[in-house]
Amino acid sequence: MADGNVVMARGMPAAVAPPQKGTLHRIARRRSTLAFLMTLPLLAVIGGLVAYPFFYALYLSMLNKRMTRFVGIDNFTFLLSRETFQAVIWQSVLFAVSAVIAKALIGFILAHVLHALPAKGQRKWRGMLLVPWVIPPAVSTLAWWWMFDPSYSAINWVLTTVGVPPVAWLGEPSWARFSVILVNVWYGAPFFMIMYLAALKSVPDQLYEAAAIDGATGWQKLRYVTVPMMKNIIAITVLFSLIVTFANFDIVRILTNGGPQDKTHIFGTYAFQVGIQSGDIPLGSAVSLFMFPILAVFAIFVLRDVTRRNKEMTG
Amino acid sequence: MAQVSLRKIVKEYEGGVQAVKGIDLEIADHEFVVLVGPSGCGKSTTLRMIAGLEEITSGEIAIGGQVVNDIPPRDRDIAMVFQNYALYPHMSVYENMGFGLTLRKFPKDEIRRRVENAARILDIGNLLDRKPKALSGGQRQRVAMGRAIVRDPKVFLFDEPLSNLDAKLRVQMRTEIKKVHQTVKTTTVYVTHDQVEAMTLADRVVVMNQGIIEQVGAPQELYHHPATRFVAGFIGSPAMNFIPARLENGAGALRMHLPNDIVLPVPASRTQRYAPHAGREVLFGIRPEHLTEVRATDKPNIATFQATPEVVEPMGMETLVHFWMQGAEVCARLDPAVPVEPGRPLTMAADLDQMHLIDPVSGRVL
Ligand SMILES: Nc1ncnc2c1ncn2[C@@H]1O[C@H](COP(=O)(O)OP(=O)(O)O)[C@@H](O)[C@H]1O
Ligand SMILES: [Mg+2]
Repeated sequence: MADGNVVMARGMPAAVAPPQKGTLHRIARRRSTLAFLMTLPLLAVIGGLVAYPFFYALYLSMLNKRMTRFVGIDNFTFLLSRETFQAVIWQSVLFAVSAVIAKALIGFILAHVLHALPAKGQRKWRGMLLVPWVIPPAVSTLAWWWMFDPSYSAINWVLTTVGVPPVAWLGEPSWARFSVILVNVWYGAPFFMIMYLAALKSVPDQLYEAAAIDGATGWQKLRYVTVPMMKNIIAITVLFSLIVTFANFDIVRILTNGGPQDKTHIFGTYAFQVGIQSGDIPLGSAVSLFMFPILAVFAIFVLRDVTRRNKEMTG
Repeated sequence: MAQVSLRKIVKEYEGGVQAVKGIDLEIADHEFVVLVGPSGCGKSTTLRMIAGLEEITSGEIAIGGQVVNDIPPRDRDIAMVFQNYALYPHMSVYENMGFGLTLRKFPKDEIRRRVENAARILDIGNLLDRKPKALSGGQRQRVAMGRAIVRDPKVFLFDEPLSNLDAKLRVQMRTEIKKVHQTVKTTTVYVTHDQVEAMTLADRVVVMNQGIIEQVGAPQELYHHPATRFVAGFIGSPAMNFIPARLENGAGALRMHLPNDIVLPVPASRTQRYAPHAGREVLFGIRPEHLTEVRATDKPNIATFQATPEVVEPMGMETLVHFWMQGAEVCARLDPAVPVEPGRPLTMAADLDQMHLIDPVSGRVL
């Protein structure tokens, strides 16, 4: 809108502008109005696919179980008072935060290794390392499930041959948590890798040369040049991945279905169990909406930082 | 103590491209040396080998008497200014300039003192809190120089530092660089493709071509006594004219037979030098400024001939005229008061004391 005003001011200086033309006419002439009209179809799609489900879920979450009565925030307070749900919050945070940190670290290291490879070998390795991200997670998770399976576990077979006792990968709560995180990291790290590789390639070589002459060692180049130059990409990928990982459903559903004893449930799987399997749709909606305020605030801060850095650095 | 010595330096890139083909160069302490030559002649490669950014294929580089072939850039005690400045975009001007000192663990107040001192020399004291993005091209250029100055290194290296600036700013920054060098007196190696920059800045100019050094000398020396046809043509603007000629010994005197039946006498002072080449095809080289209209003058060896200008370019302070002699384009610089028009014959005067004869095969000036 600000832009529209500028155009207006330039197009019709006060002294020259004909006095008091119709307001409607003026609005129609604004470039921003035209821009708004042209984006309308897209806004409609976003409204239908994002805004409508969101507000509908919000509405549902404030009904009673039979969906006959408006109960305000009762569903939310009820959830918070239940120990199972408190555990689910803790498990979701543990799952998302540790998985995202591991994905970011592994992606960062892989990106550096790939970046250091000569151009010829790089394509091949890049392609291979992207495979986990390209396979539909439902399929690859099934394969992992087989590898974790108590009787057929390939991993345990390897462990026993080197003399390590077998592990109940999905049967013991802490191992089960480890396993779902591991599979999520395996699936998500290539995304970080490819984003970081692109970011690395966009850092001009001359900055490293200038740093080398300024006296930087390899580590110092990483710390004072690479990381600051990649901050925006890191922030955006972490934010994006955090949102997606918090909303994960398929990996946990297939590997453990929340078990053993609900110890691996996260928001997505718990919402499914409460809302669909136990038939309390309003309560399920409340579960799925729980992370929204926290993630939204986090996203606002991250994106504000990104915009500021962008303004300062590019151009 | 920071002389720089290059001994038989060769650089071969992967794929067998020889960018630098064995050059020798001694640069004295406090000297300002400019490497100049056409694009692709190996100037940057040479500079980057001095900086340690490029491996040396063979030969030896010494800085301050110490061979640095196997010493990484950070331990060579050099500072470099890049063509695109290579400022760290996430750091303020102050941080950019102090970065090298911070890495070397200088105390904070020493860093502040040095940065402020450099900022004063370069007149950028009011920009220290800005990020590079908020600076103009000329200001970025100053910051890049400031980053070099605060380090107080043994050697400054510049790689075409003015190429990204517009013409006016380029002249201004040229003066600035010269001023800075007169203040800090650090040994400097400066790379440019612009011969005017080379002539105005250098104590000594190194003219490079296709990976070799054509000639090393003070600007005036290169201008008056070029060693090769390449140097003769590269230094000076507009460039020296080269006219095919035959040197003949007739009636006891040497003469040059030029196209269009023009015959010019060789000045007595040069006869001994040129006599051994009598009877050979040569190139007659003369700069446009030594080819003028006929003027009242007391110069002893002025020869005149007729020519028909085909293109006339009034420049204000002078008028350039171009004519052709058997395929060779010849340019002359005339007083703007002389009435000339294309197609009307004109008597030209050549100052033969300023002429050169060049062996067309070897390219050497005779
Ligand atoms: N990294 C490289 N790999 C292969 N050839 C190169 C490389 N860098 C430069 N060259 C070649 O070396 C020659 C000299 O390059 P350079 O020193 O950059 O020239 P200048 O700075 O004089 O323009 C050129 O022919 C160029 O193509
Ligand atoms: Mg170059």
